[in-house]
Amino acid sequence: MQAIAFYLLAFATIAAGLLVVSAKNPVHSVLFLITAFFSAAGLFVLLGAEFLAMLLIVVYVGAVAVLFLFVVMMLDVDFTALRQGFAQYLPIGGIVAGFLTLEMIFVAATVASHGAAGKNATPMASAPGIPNTEMIGRVLYTDYIFFFQLAGLVLLVAMIGAIVLTLRHKPGVKRQDIGKQIARTPKTGMEIVQIKPGEGISE
Amino acid sequence: MSAFFSNPAVTWTLLTTGGILLVVVWVLLSLAFLLLADRKIWAGVQMRKGPNVVGPFGLLQSFADFGKFVLKEIIIPAGADKVIFLLAPLLSLVLAFVGWAVIPFAPGWVVSNLNVGILYLLAMSSLGVYGIIMGGWASNSKYPFLGALRSAAQMVSYEVSIGLIIITVILLAGTMNLSSIVDQQAGWIWNWNVFGGHGLKNIILAPVMIIAMGMFFISALAETNRPPFDLPEAESELVAGYQVEYSSTPYLLFMVAEYSNIVLMCAMISVLFFGGWNPGFPIGFTAGWPPFLVNFLLALVFYFKIVVAFFFIAMAKAIVPRYRYDQLMRLGWKVFLPMSLVLVMLVSAWRVFGLQT
Repeated sequence: MQAIAFYLLAFATIAAGLLVVSAKNPVHSVLFLITAFFSAAGLFVLLGAEFLAMLLIVVYVGAVAVLFLFVVMMLDVDFTALRQGFAQYLPIGGIVAGFLTLEMIFVAATVASHGAAGKNATPMASAPGIPNTEMIGRVLYTDYIFFFQLAGLVLLVAMIGAIVLTLRHKPGVKRQDIGKQIARTPKTGMEIVQIKPGEGISE
Repeated sequence: MSAFFSNPAVTWTLLTTGGILLVVVWVLLSLAFLLLADRKIWAGVQMRKGPNVVGPFGLLQSFADFGKFVLKEIIIPAGADKVIFLLAPLLSLVLAFVGWAVIPFAPGWVVSNLNVGILYLLAMSSLGVYGIIMGGWASNSKYPFLGALRSAAQMVSYEVSIGLIIITVILLAGTMNLSSIVDQQAGWIWNWNVFGGHGLKNIILAPVMIIAMGMFFISALAETNRPPFDLPEAESELVAGYQVEYSSTPYLLFMVAEYSNIVLMCAMISVLFFGGWNPGFPIGFTAGWPPFLVNFLLALVFYFKIVVAFFFIAMAKAIVPRYRYDQLMRLGWKVFLPMSLVLVMLVSAWRVFGLQT
């Protein structure tokens, strides 16, 4: 049963990954990318890491990929122009891909021979009766608390950076102030003027 | 033959399939009548009669509508991306229904008792936005595309506050398993999470949790594109948003998915805040009753809570005017996000320093 699920999900992941790079329409590419994420989340569930699987879906598929899709849909991509540089960039791209493949093979080989956590640390076995959410929490908030906080700070810096880059205060723009609107009364909002016949109003 | 049925894998598959079918049929039948209730309540507020022709009191109206949708022609626009155009409503429907897998209807009556049930619900509701974006983009038309973009921004924004409010409940319960969360709210009514959970001694947390519940309700309206936040399909600006180019069965699928999501949100409200299947008083006196009967009655209690929550959502549609888009975003990011962060801090502080057990 698990083997069938694994092969189905693995096949879906790889097929979707291939289609990401081979699809002609960029929007289709992003949709296949989302399929790949989703199948990867399924593989996590098979590994017993259901918390990570759900986080992958909530964060990457539910938020990041939506914005990605958003941007790609709004772009007006010229396909012929995109394809012109293919032969020119092929060697560089090939070198990068080759390095990545080699690295992945080394990592996979090391994990296969020495286990996921290397030689020194004993890998965390999931104790029966404790959900892996709790196990992750125990490790994350005790042994790795400083790294965890540091990762949060890095994200905070990135967020502030994005805000600083895009925040502009234009003078002369009328903005809505809800508090001011609600606080308005007939006294502050209007003025009753008695107009004598034949005179008109002047400020 | 008997050896085939005594195989545990086969039994498991049959039981799960049966459970899934039961839940899907139950949800679809409920939707038919809740949709009618929605229209009737809306009509009642406006002093109209609402649908009253098909069947007694119009009870069969939804089935007549269903027949009409199915028998009409499916029109696909010439410039549309055919596959994605038809995939979008299917995806919406599937995602709207898979969420029900983790909802516990009564003790033990749940399709999949996941340890990360709440996260699963959050994940599935965050995926729901894809059906809308894909439908809007594949239509190859201006209004649907604008509606889809609005909807994506809106749903992503309100997911943030929904997630943070859910964290307050997780902090109170100490688990992400929905059945355990409901179990902890057993007994008297003040054990419900909306009154702070953990009994009368912790009632002081009730104001915080009542605010959290109210914010969850409003965020649920925004997340499911219900009025007053139905900007993706604001008929005065965008005709019908992402649904403009859809007709016949694909439209019906979008519609069913939308209502299924709404009822799922009602179920989440009752599970997270109002004790799920717990009737609000100890049920020890049912110890001698047949377990099936007890479970059935408890499921009815849960169903009643869902219907009450749905009534409030329907009333919100009838009595609240539509928000403007910038006001919607302001509410989501400048009001709900900071408020829910403060709520999370309050509840976690209470959890560490103040909890009386």
